[in-house]
Amino acid sequence: MRTLLGGAAALFLATPALAASGAGEPVNPWVAVAYLISGVLFILALRGLSSPESSRAGNRYGMIGMLIAVVTTLITHDIAGLPEIGVAIVIGGVIGFVIARRIPMTDMPQLVAAFHSLVGMAAVLVGIAAYLNPGAFDILDANSEILTVSRVELGLGVAIGAITFSGSVIAFLKLNGNMSGAPIMLPGRHVINIGVLLGIIGLTAYFTTLPTTETAVIFWTIVVLAFVIGFLLIIPIGGADMPVVVSMLNSYSGWAAAAMGFTLGNTAMIITGALVGSSGAILSYIMCKAMNRSFISVIAGGFGSDSGGASDGAEKIDRPWKRGSAEDAAYMMKQAENVIIVPGYGMAVAQAQHALREMGDMLKEEGANVKYAIHPVAGRMPGHMNVLLAEANVPYDEVFELEDINSEFAQADVAFIIGANDVVNPAAKTDKGSPIYGMPVFDVDKAKTIFFVKRSMGGVGYAGVDNEVFYMDQTMMLLSDAKKMCEDIVKAL
Amino acid sequence: MDFISILSIFVMACFVGYYVVWSVTPALHTPLMAVTNAISSVIIVGALIAAAAGAQADGGQAAKWLGLVGVVLASVNIFGGFAVTERMLAMYKKKERK
Repeated sequence: MRTLLGGAAALFLATPALAASGAGEPVNPWVAVAYLISGVLFILALRGLSSPESSRAGNRYGMIGMLIAVVTTLITHDIAGLPEIGVAIVIGGVIGFVIARRIPMTDMPQLVAAFHSLVGMAAVLVGIAAYLNPGAFDILDANSEILTVSRVELGLGVAIGAITFSGSVIAFLKLNGNMSGAPIMLPGRHVINIGVLLGIIGLTAYFTTLPTTETAVIFWTIVVLAFVIGFLLIIPIGGADMPVVVSMLNSYSGWAAAAMGFTLGNTAMIITGALVGSSGAILSYIMCKAMNRSFISVIAGGFGSDSGGASDGAEKIDRPWKRGSAEDAAYMMKQAENVIIVPGYGMAVAQAQHALREMGDMLKEEGANVKYAIHPVAGRMPGHMNVLLAEANVPYDEVFELEDINSEFAQADVAFIIGANDVVNPAAKTDKGSPIYGMPVFDVDKAKTIFFVKRSMGGVGYAGVDNEVFYMDQTMMLLSDAKKMCEDIVKAL
Repeated sequence: MDFISILSIFVMACFVGYYVVWSVTPALHTPLMAVTNAISSVIIVGALIAAAAGAQADGGQAAKWLGLVGVVLASVNIFGGFAVTERMLAMYKKKERK
């Protein structure tokens, strides 16, 4: 492949006419081939993620693909300001690299939301630049009017980009705790949202009918409306639904890239956009299914509040429940043969993953068979718990998904629930009136002994429903900070 | 390229994306989001074109600066996205067989 690229590069350099043409894509088959190769490398990057062993190679393919796309673009265009471009890449690269190295793994959802907003903003900037200087993007017809099809692509691309940007900013603020995770419900918000969306579509259609010079007001109105709608769409969605929102915005950032790819006729961008768009859509689907909610109901918002703490549990406290100590838990688990650990978002908040892994290791030394069970919606983004356990050096072949491990609870001596709640609530199986009815949950109630690590008896999970598991005969509540409890158990072992 | 060729590539790529993403193991869904984030910054191609075009046309100057800002944003994402994915993937280890 290297020789092929070398050949491509030589061809570009040997054709000065190409480099001199300021009018965008020159008709050179090698350029198209180079972009195609980079698109294929991006497919391989995602393909690599089918298993942890191949994933690192996949990531490298992605990097090579990006390098090819950037280099191809630079050598096929008449570059008026290479130093400026170099400086821009270095500034962005250093910022990105430093953030990537420093970010704690628990903050990954915020980081991903922030990165989505950058893709959205970049798409908006590219769209505006293409509108201001259509010649450079090769989207003018013979009369110096912007092509009709390009106008539709520009309008949609800019709109999707702007929605991605403002939506991601709100998601970031909610995930990062700068803004309350509680849904913010405007009166008549569905009417407003649908009205604004129809407005954007209508204006995009109108945008195609006018001579280019008369379209400025319409174009800028589309941009502004799209920023507003992105904001309006995300504020009514509660903290608990953020995994779906982050996935959805992931999808949008892909469609924005695809729309720009249409404008530029660039295969790398189109392939990438389609990949990222499907990826986000599939992840949203998986999340919704794991919560037994429809995508529409998530988008409509208003579900769950972020309180999580000791808010409305007062009236339920009168039921009998047993409190255990770290020593009890250590004693019971020492005897146990099969221990299944169910981590949830509370573990991430308490940064308990390292202490938990230490506990797991000690139990293994005592001869127990320790497994970790992860629900698809545990944490604030898909796969969040897996990353945290991996960070704490838990081998990935001890970590299991819901459907793979659920039948094993019947044989488990101990189910150790740490920072999870709704995902182990049997009401989802039995209580038709429960808001989480129908959601697939872990059958922890079948385990011989249950330890439930929780800060207090007050909090009732994001869905705001009481959990029958608290009051079961075999349950012992370990009321403490998750990290402290794990450390105490380790000491007692 | 004409619109229909581009559309064909797009539709095919959606199908490829569908099958490839379903084959991603759920344990790697967070790295999946990080890496899709990085590759969607291929939008930098558009930003580079705008930045490279210079100020020949009306609006070229403004377009150039917008393009440069776009290059900065996309670069943050490219370097940050790939680096953070690399960091995460390095943490996934198999059980040590003794």
